[in-house]
Amino acid sequence: MEDLFQGYKGASLELLKKYSVRVWGQAIVDTTRGTFKGTILPRSVNDDDQHIVMKIATGYNVGIDVSTITGMEETGYKKANYAIPEKQFPITKGLPSVKLIGTGGTIASRLDYRTGAVIPAFSPGELYGAVPELADICNLETEKVFAVFSENMGPDQYMALAKAIGKEIERGVEGIVIGHGTDTLHHTAAALTFMVQNSPIPIVLVGSQRSSDRPSSDAALNLMHAMKTAGHSDIAEVMVCMFGPTSDEFGLLHKGTRVRKMHSSYRSTFRTIGDVPLARVNRNEIIPIHQNYNRRRKDTKVEIRPFFEKKVGMLYYWPGMQPDALDSFIDNGYKGVIIVGTGLGHVNKDLYPAIRRAKEKGVMLFMTLQTIWGYVHMFVYDTGRDLMQMGIIPLGNMLPEVAWVKLGWVMGQTQDPQEVKEMMLKPINDEITEREPYNGYLVYQGGVPEVEDFIKKVHK
Amino acid sequence: MNSKFDPKENYLLTQQQIGYKARKEATQADYDRIGFMSGLEVHQQLLTDKKLFCNCPAGRFHEHDDYDAELVRHMRPTLSELGEYDGTALMEFRTRKEIIYRVKHATTCTYEVDDTPPFPINKQALEEAIEISLLSKLNIVGEVHITRKQYLDGSIPTGFQRTAIIGVEGEIELKNKKVRLIQLSIEEDSCREISDIGHVRTYKTDRLGMPLIETVTYPEFVNPDEVKEGCDYIRFLNRSTGKVRTGMGAGRQDVNVSCRGGSRVEIKGVAHTRWIPELSHNEAFRQWALLNIRTELLQRVKEPNLWKIEHMACGADDFKNNPNFVGIFDNNHKVITVRLPHFYKILSHFVQPGKTFANEISERLKVIACLDQPNMTHSEDINPILSLEEMESIFKKLKAHKDDAFVLFDAPEADVKTALETIEERCKMAFVGVPEETRKSFPDGTTIFERVLPGADRMYPDTDSAPIPISNEYIETLRQRIPNDIIDRMRQMRTWKVAEDTYTYIFSKNLYPLLLKLVEMGVKPSFAGHFLGHQLKFIEGHYQSKDGFEFDKIAHLFEFMIQQKIDFALAKEMLIEWYQHPKMDLESVLNTLKFKSRKREDIIQQIDFLRDKYRKIGRKQGQTFEHHWIMSQLRGMALGNMNLSELSELIKKENK
Repeated sequence: MEDLFQGYKGASLELLKKYSVRVWGQAIVDTTRGTFKGTILPRSVNDDDQHIVMKIATGYNVGIDVSTITGMEETGYKKANYAIPEKQFPITKGLPSVKLIGTGGTIASRLDYRTGAVIPAFSPGELYGAVPELADICNLETEKVFAVFSENMGPDQYMALAKAIGKEIERGVEGIVIGHGTDTLHHTAAALTFMVQNSPIPIVLVGSQRSSDRPSSDAALNLMHAMKTAGHSDIAEVMVCMFGPTSDEFGLLHKGTRVRKMHSSYRSTFRTIGDVPLARVNRNEIIPIHQNYNRRRKDTKVEIRPFFEKKVGMLYYWPGMQPDALDSFIDNGYKGVIIVGTGLGHVNKDLYPAIRRAKEKGVMLFMTLQTIWGYVHMFVYDTGRDLMQMGIIPLGNMLPEVAWVKLGWVMGQTQDPQEVKEMMLKPINDEITEREPYNGYLVYQGGVPEVEDFIKKVHK
Repeated sequence: MNSKFDPKENYLLTQQQIGYKARKEATQADYDRIGFMSGLEVHQQLLTDKKLFCNCPAGRFHEHDDYDAELVRHMRPTLSELGEYDGTALMEFRTRKEIIYRVKHATTCTYEVDDTPPFPINKQALEEAIEISLLSKLNIVGEVHITRKQYLDGSIPTGFQRTAIIGVEGEIELKNKKVRLIQLSIEEDSCREISDIGHVRTYKTDRLGMPLIETVTYPEFVNPDEVKEGCDYIRFLNRSTGKVRTGMGAGRQDVNVSCRGGSRVEIKGVAHTRWIPELSHNEAFRQWALLNIRTELLQRVKEPNLWKIEHMACGADDFKNNPNFVGIFDNNHKVITVRLPHFYKILSHFVQPGKTFANEISERLKVIACLDQPNMTHSEDINPILSLEEMESIFKKLKAHKDDAFVLFDAPEADVKTALETIEERCKMAFVGVPEETRKSFPDGTTIFERVLPGADRMYPDTDSAPIPISNEYIETLRQRIPNDIIDRMRQMRTWKVAEDTYTYIFSKNLYPLLLKLVEMGVKPSFAGHFLGHQLKFIEGHYQSKDGFEFDKIAHLFEFMIQQKIDFALAKEMLIEWYQHPKMDLESVLNTLKFKSRKREDIIQQIDFLRDKYRKIGRKQGQTFEHHWIMSQLRGMALGNMNLSELSELIKKENK
């Protein structure tokens, strides 16, 4: 049975029932503040029960306070039915075949104009309707593996995704694009780097920071860049493809193990940390920055290693932290913990008993950095040497999130401490690098004259 | 082609044919004849410290080239839920504009450039908007819902404006009628345009995001002067709260105009209400002219659906003797001639003073195909740049018929296709009547095409903001604060016999509260009205105030004069001084004026002495001369100490 009162509850629902007015009904509402005319809209479930939402003739929405309503009359009814127009995605001979795998997120969704609900646009036809330029780049197929928001992506999804990718590679597609929410895009990118090894084709993760229902969205350009990369680049790696500057100018291709979301809302939020990105991409070309990367191959061989131990955790150190913080991991059966320490990789002395206890219980501890940039250097101070002696393993310049993903993946395969340690320290794809180039750390400070000069001249 | 054809003559003839009259000569009967109809959208910036959805300061502006950074965006049309592109959206997409924003750190944060979601709405602004809604007798909504209204011209970096309805269905009362209001909304102001050249449009973001209200009336104005009266009323009403910005650009209006059988055309961003009558007058007649063109074309063309243009590229050889074409073929520019079948005498048909139908095409070429003007000439150009021979040759090559016309334009190769589409599209619209569009206004009362009028489908909820409930208690608190109606104030002033020619100044500067205060202090209303509406206006227009003079100080001035028993005749002189040096105390003002307090009797006493003196030394004897001389001798002494007309009477009386 269809819900006639979508989202209404309590007082507002009662009132709608009393006057027999439905959602999508055209209504005249008399109130102590005057008369309102319009179409009754569904109400967001999280909003209160004291208001009824109406779209008035000029297209605006207004809310009416139920306590002011003295009468209501439904004068008509017109249910809105929304679908994204489908247009046949043209197949062009000579263009590479690209598979788009959907996981949810804002890259491929549109807004229901009347209710504000998000309608996913996903089939090739829908995408073609929204971004017709894609047809000039590749021949597109799509598959929705699941539809979850970025924050709900986790180990199970990583493994399912890896398997799906394996199948597609064996089938012979020439590039894979994964549409993904941006919050944990870099976690997934790291996971796929470990789970899908030796890929013969590009695997490109893409999202958008501004949803595709808005005219200024970065979604269309990101999709074009991602498709261009997947179909035409010779970089056969797991990459994140997102805006370089906030301007609509070019995208950057980041290695899955070195990328991080660095701003909650900027378009240019993804940055390669401790290195330079793999390449720049625009609608016409891919311009390499790095020279060392895995090249595209003609074969369809790939190594899929879908493993994950969920009992691994991450502990962000705070000054004055007490042993119970770490104890709770130990007591709850965690097998490994990534510590995110201060400076060169430190925690306070208070924590030592818990660290010793962890070792006794066989819980493996690793050190990464709150500073995001730089290497763990535990030989410099006594604290570091103490910690190492107690069994904490420094992870070089591995990013904390990547370390967590890798530990889960490693412990999904072996729990032998020596093997785990060796696997953690042996890079699969630059999650630890031997050297940090001088331009691998560039956080410019506003206000400095030469920086101001730079941002005035170069589009941000 | 008829070589004897005179386009200027045709322009005047068609102007006459449609019964165009200059505004000064037009009467209500003329407006009734063409079915003049108009409504208003009055925009008013609110006086707040900060912007509407972020914490940047409001009301700080920069020069065009004073910026810290630039960023680039493109706007993509988004499909409506019915799978259609909005007309405006499509037009903007066809223009392929690159939008550059010039950003200054002091006035712009990451919100304005759409890199951060909105912060909660500015409470100060919301409160002011509700107060003005109450004054406008609108039904206040129970919950304010932030809505996104799409704008693809780039004037807002998000591609939409955040806007919300505060009230619906109100009214204002003019001298002779009531006009209903559709709604009042609160919204964020847009960017200011710096330039629009070719495919690059540049904006600055200082004004972007400042709180603005928009009052929308029903289309109930029936002549141009009434539109202005209504607009003034709404602006006065807004200002009466003392919570709105004033000055250049703080108040702007869109004027919607149609004639009978015409369409709604929106004249955007009219900065002064005094421009409204001429603009709305001309727009109604423009539509009337376009309807005449339609009638004419439909007589010539039986199946307008099949009507189409034909075009041909020209070579440099075709214009080798024409200096206007020097260099035009460089840089990949193409010169294209377009045959418009059956458009003879249409291109030179009157549409606006000084403008013909050909302007309608040229303006669209500028906006849609990005061809900077001058971008075309044609077979009926009043100032032709083609020779008669060249025109004949073009006609011949286009295999044109006698009742055809042609357009010639030059464009970069990449823009030719859009240009041709644009020409055909505008000509085909001529068979239908008046295209719905927004137009940009000029001080001379004419308008040019700005964009296709957007549809209602461009509104959708802002998923970044929660609805804001407006309780009865809150409304009642605000109701306590609002001033009384402008119309009631006008009536009061009429009863007080305050001269009507002072009203505009008094209301536009929101001086009524001050007027009331002066009257309460015992100043005669007609004097107070004259003082504020004429003398203050004169002073403001003729003197500079370095420190900024606040008009409320005028109440202190009168208070002081009453206290010191100074006659109000000195008020103007005192204000001239004080206005220029507001930090001075009033005693010093008197010193500057060399004012000395004198008793009335002491002044009167001098009359007889002076009379004797004049009779001895006066060159022209006689009562009038004598009277004038005595008055001139005593005026300085008397000013401020006694009423001057009384003194004058006394001089006359004593003489008897």
